[in-house]
Amino acid sequence: MGETIIEKIVRNNVGRVVHPGDIVTVNVDRVMIHDIFIPFVAAKFEEMGFTKIWDTDKAVLIYDHLVPASQVDDTRHFREGNAFAAKYDMKHVHRSDGICHQLMTEAGYVKPGNIVFGTDSHTTTYGCVGAFSSGIGYTEMASILGTGTLWIRVPETIKIHITGKLPANVMAKDIILKLIGDLGADGATYKALEFTGDTIEQMSVASRMSMSNMAVEAGAKCALFAPDEKTAAYCEMTLTQKERELVGDTDAQYCQVLHYQAEDFVPVMACPSNVDKIKPVSELVGKEIDQVFIGSCTNGRLEDLMAAAEIVRGKHVAPFVKLIVTPASRKIYRQAIENGTMEVLTQAGAIVTHPSCGLCCGRTGGILTDHETVVATNNRNFLGRMGTSKVGIYLASPRTAAACAIAGKIVVPE
Amino acid sequence: MGKIFKFGQDVDTDQIIASQYIIYPTIDEMKVHTFESLDSDFAANVQPGDYVVASENFGCGSSREQAPSVLKALGVKAVVAKSFARIFYRNAINIGLPVIVCKELHDNVQTGEEMELFMQEGVVRVNDKEYECTRLPEYMQGILDQGGLIASLNKEEEK
Repeated sequence: MGETIIEKIVRNNVGRVVHPGDIVTVNVDRVMIHDIFIPFVAAKFEEMGFTKIWDTDKAVLIYDHLVPASQVDDTRHFREGNAFAAKYDMKHVHRSDGICHQLMTEAGYVKPGNIVFGTDSHTTTYGCVGAFSSGIGYTEMASILGTGTLWIRVPETIKIHITGKLPANVMAKDIILKLIGDLGADGATYKALEFTGDTIEQMSVASRMSMSNMAVEAGAKCALFAPDEKTAAYCEMTLTQKERELVGDTDAQYCQVLHYQAEDFVPVMACPSNVDKIKPVSELVGKEIDQVFIGSCTNGRLEDLMAAAEIVRGKHVAPFVKLIVTPASRKIYRQAIENGTMEVLTQAGAIVTHPSCGLCCGRTGGILTDHETVVATNNRNFLGRMGTSKVGIYLASPRTAAACAIAGKIVVPE
Repeated sequence: MGKIFKFGQDVDTDQIIASQYIIYPTIDEMKVHTFESLDSDFAANVQPGDYVVASENFGCGSSREQAPSVLKALGVKAVVAKSFARIFYRNAINIGLPVIVCKELHDNVQTGEEMELFMQEGVVRVNDKEYECTRLPEYMQGILDQGGLIASLNKEEEK
């Protein structure tokens, strides 16, 4: 019988055929720990009695949520992170290079077929290059650092097949938001998503990334794209036969198969305060807004900034609106300067911040207060995420967000 | 016996313990803010041995282990929900907080009612009525029985 992508990845790792529901122990290829949780990981690691990291080349420590510090206590995380990294000889530490999920793929830490865990729910992102990656807590992370292994339950797979050409004002973000709305916030819990179809094949790795990033908002354990030539170019590698075989077989067993026609997608938003509360932007037109945020591990990449720039070129942000732009990494920031994107955005009145999680984790970079409304390109609109619990957060694509910033209210992008 | 504290659907980890508190150095400093945005009196009213009962997708959102940890630190004996989000579920077992799936309980009980959980039997009892709940897979029950992942790892080492 055929296999899904996740079944192949796990089979290659454990050396035998697996089926959904099997509980297996996998050898971990890479782990990521970010600044919020490093003090807790460090404490648990020592409490477990470990004296060395199983493979110092395989662990990556990234400071992003708290960079640069906005409160005095934040510095404790850098201090304790640095002490842990020095004591256990960690090889890969990024202190101000950008958001963890962007760096893990951009810096080449993740390759097709890898099994990767991170102390962040959006670790599902690396499925964009055909890796099985998922979020875990800090106790389990400490355990992997010591042992190099983790138990997992092999998930069932939901296949999402999309064919056709997307309308010009629709981005990958609109697709994943629509899918989350259709599946519901727990519609894919414990399951893998697998994306196929010519629309997906045409899509850039950056666009795939914004989809795998948000799969967890439907509860998914991981979200996989079969590695192809675009993946190989992005990862700066040639795919081996084994990597090329990481596609879902035609006779694989899927627990659910969803078909979509690309032409049917429209710009959408997730309305306060649930990610699965999806409405077409056309039904929300006219709502006045106070701020727009373009950034995060979901939509802070070069193509996102360029899409926003295309919309705001030669125009200016509405008088009472703040447009905050946060590139996902230092590399993207530099590329956006070099290709003129930053020039266009700043001419239009954008406030550009340093690469980091910024406003998405609600600690810095434009927090809001009661009865204010923000259109944001990140992945969560939970109660209180960007300030007080009475802030209305609408999640949208960079194209939609930029159009709203110019109009000063919710509008459908051109 | 313990009292029930009832919550709804899609209770996310930000609602269990908000982002601004998870960088406090200890769980004890965080726990007074548990469920602050949903029920600001929760931390003051909950007693050791009480239960949290919820609908679908309890613990969705971030990977923060502080979410099950504050509940355990407040003495919550178990969370019984129609379903759980994946990372919360793993985290809870790893820190030794029982998480029980029970489809029928939520719709039939209220905050303040007395409840008893019989984990081995897979049964909860409220107002003399019994509700069947799903038992954990053996592997996870093993971790839970030993008091969580750390205790379980230490035990493996002794072998």
